[in-house]
Amino acid sequence: MNRKQRRMLGRVLAAAAMLMLLALLPDGGPLRSPPGRALRFALYLVPYLTVGYDILFKAAKGIRNRQLFDENFLMAVATLGALALAAGGEWSGHGGDYLEAIAVMLFYQVGELFQGYAVGRSRRDIGALMDIRPDNANIERDGKLEPVDPGEVPVGSVIVVRPGEKIPIDGMIIEGRSNLDTSALTGESAPRGAGVGDEVVSGCVNLTHVLRVRTTREFGESTASKILDLVENASSRKSRSENFISRFARVYTPAVCCSALALAVLPPLVRGAGMGLPPDWGDWAYRALTFLVISCPCALVVSIPLTFFAGIGGASRAGVLVKGSNYLETLSKADCVAFDKTGTLTRGVFEVTAVHPERNPLRGPGVPDEDALLHLAAHVERYSTHPIALSLRRAYPHEADGCRVEDVEELAGQGVRARVNGRLICVGNSALMDAAGAAWHPCTRTGTIVHIAIDGEYAGHIVVSDVLKPHAKEAVTALRDAGVRRVVMLTGDAQAAAEQMAEELGIDEVRAGLLPEGKVAAVEELLAERAGGKGALAFVGDGINDAPVLSRADVGIAMGALGSDAAIEAADVVLMDDDPLKIARAIRISRKCLGVVWQNVIFSIGVKLVCLALGASGAANMWLAVFADVGVMVLAVLNAIRALFV
Amino acid sequence: MRKTYKIEVDCANCANRMEDAAKKTPGVRDASVNFMTLKMSVEFEEGQDPVAVMRAVRESCKKVEDDCEIFL
Repeated sequence: MNRKQRRMLGRVLAAAAMLMLLALLPDGGPLRSPPGRALRFALYLVPYLTVGYDILFKAAKGIRNRQLFDENFLMAVATLGALALAAGGEWSGHGGDYLEAIAVMLFYQVGELFQGYAVGRSRRDIGALMDIRPDNANIERDGKLEPVDPGEVPVGSVIVVRPGEKIPIDGMIIEGRSNLDTSALTGESAPRGAGVGDEVVSGCVNLTHVLRVRTTREFGESTASKILDLVENASSRKSRSENFISRFARVYTPAVCCSALALAVLPPLVRGAGMGLPPDWGDWAYRALTFLVISCPCALVVSIPLTFFAGIGGASRAGVLVKGSNYLETLSKADCVAFDKTGTLTRGVFEVTAVHPERNPLRGPGVPDEDALLHLAAHVERYSTHPIALSLRRAYPHEADGCRVEDVEELAGQGVRARVNGRLICVGNSALMDAAGAAWHPCTRTGTIVHIAIDGEYAGHIVVSDVLKPHAKEAVTALRDAGVRRVVMLTGDAQAAAEQMAEELGIDEVRAGLLPEGKVAAVEELLAERAGGKGALAFVGDGINDAPVLSRADVGIAMGALGSDAAIEAADVVLMDDDPLKIARAIRISRKCLGVVWQNVIFSIGVKLVCLALGASGAANMWLAVFADVGVMVLAVLNAIRALFV
Repeated sequence: MRKTYKIEVDCANCANRMEDAAKKTPGVRDASVNFMTLKMSVEFEEGQDPVAVMRAVRESCKKVEDDCEIFL
């Protein structure tokens, strides 16, 4: 609680205590005399002013600025009116209830206090979730650590990160080995080990040992700064529900006020003039004042942004950054998810997935086994920078042994030829095999097939392919469980390979052989197919080529850590740890959030309308009105905070 | 040109009123107030001086909600 709120609490408690004392006053006796009545009124005025003086001040200012539908003004009119009615009743001998007017003011303030407290709390809690802003960077000078502003550290400097500190700038470890807590970035709670040569991103917390890190980026370009930027600039995008509720509030308050005026004037006139009944001015004025109490829209207005805020906070805790509440809203409607295969469902890195040496019994000894085949291939590809060559060398890490590798010749579009220990080895595609006169045969596995021939004789092949992410299959299943009707895979791969992979993953639709422009067209086609429908299309991508598609889809989801900066800028939702399983999680979070939003909208508007009806018919007094008002607000706020827990 | 300012306001509806007031201020093309993050994002019209416009925005916000602040 801040100072303002503590003071308010003090005022509320003081007023409540005074009211309790006043309740002990004898009802009859000397207080029935005219001076006694005046005293009683004055005594009741003390708690009223204690709890509500600021409202009266603000109301006066509001009148000066012609803000007639301001809550303060409405509360002032309602409570002063009720006080006046009660005083009138007292004087005319019917007895008056001052308590009611004061209680309305008191509960209104309690409601405001609670609301302020709850909103402040969730601001802080959710702010703490995204607490990745580093305070400073430690630079070593003359053997002493000196904290400096991370913004002033040039690229290539060496910074020291002690245990318990956040890594301030992206870089590479040059000394030390430690465990890193990446949960603020990825939502993954298990610490990640990192040692010399590993890239580390800013925003992680160093847990165990001192690290020396050579920075590879400026602070402003580092991951933590980028994420903070993204979160802070997300504020201008509002969801349709938020806009709906603020439009509603704009109409609601004036409408209720006008009805209150009509209620105060019309029925008495009709009764008096048309029906020959007593006009009952006081009774109708009271009902009108009840209306004014119900006319405050704050309960309605606060819960919706609070829910979205909590939803976005809950998502970021799970490692899903949502750039605005409008995207959370769209995501909740997603019923079609299109994946760009590489980098989302697959790792986007080639790996050797199979080694098939040619086992021809007729050829006798000298036939290489799997290891020997990889060995040869890695030697031949020693100098190549092709992704496939890299994967072969990775699969055979002890490539730099004593073997003689000579006459390396790269044949564009075919492969590489080299002499290893005197034997001519060809490593490449079928065209190279044909050229070498080797009797190659196709493989049943999907992926890129690398054939090997030794001295013109076919020795077997190695299958290199992009491997699926560990959760790729579960991710697709989880999407279906989350209610996604259609899962589509977009890829530049050949149809057959794409279909096989899709089948393995349980994806029903594949658009293969797509160029980057083709992906936009494919997404546009998907958008057109659901034309008129209600759902939304989510596109998941990672690379630079995806940026136009990400912005074209209803909601673009990018893989954060692996994804390019351009894609992250174009995306509406960023998955921090690249796990495709998080997509279903994000959709669930958004559905829950929107569920809470609509519960709150319907519940609070519903209760308000019921109270208006009861107030107009005279069945509800001001007590009920203010209890309903504050109660609805408290429930709506508590419900909103539910969106944080997913 | 779009700029974001930190604001101080206590109730959600007051934030909405500030948004309306800011939108109606001359020189402002569009404005949006986020009550939860306490940020006001203002898009200025071409050739307008943000400093002068923001002073006017602050003025009109003070009119609709006395108890608010925009940190310029």
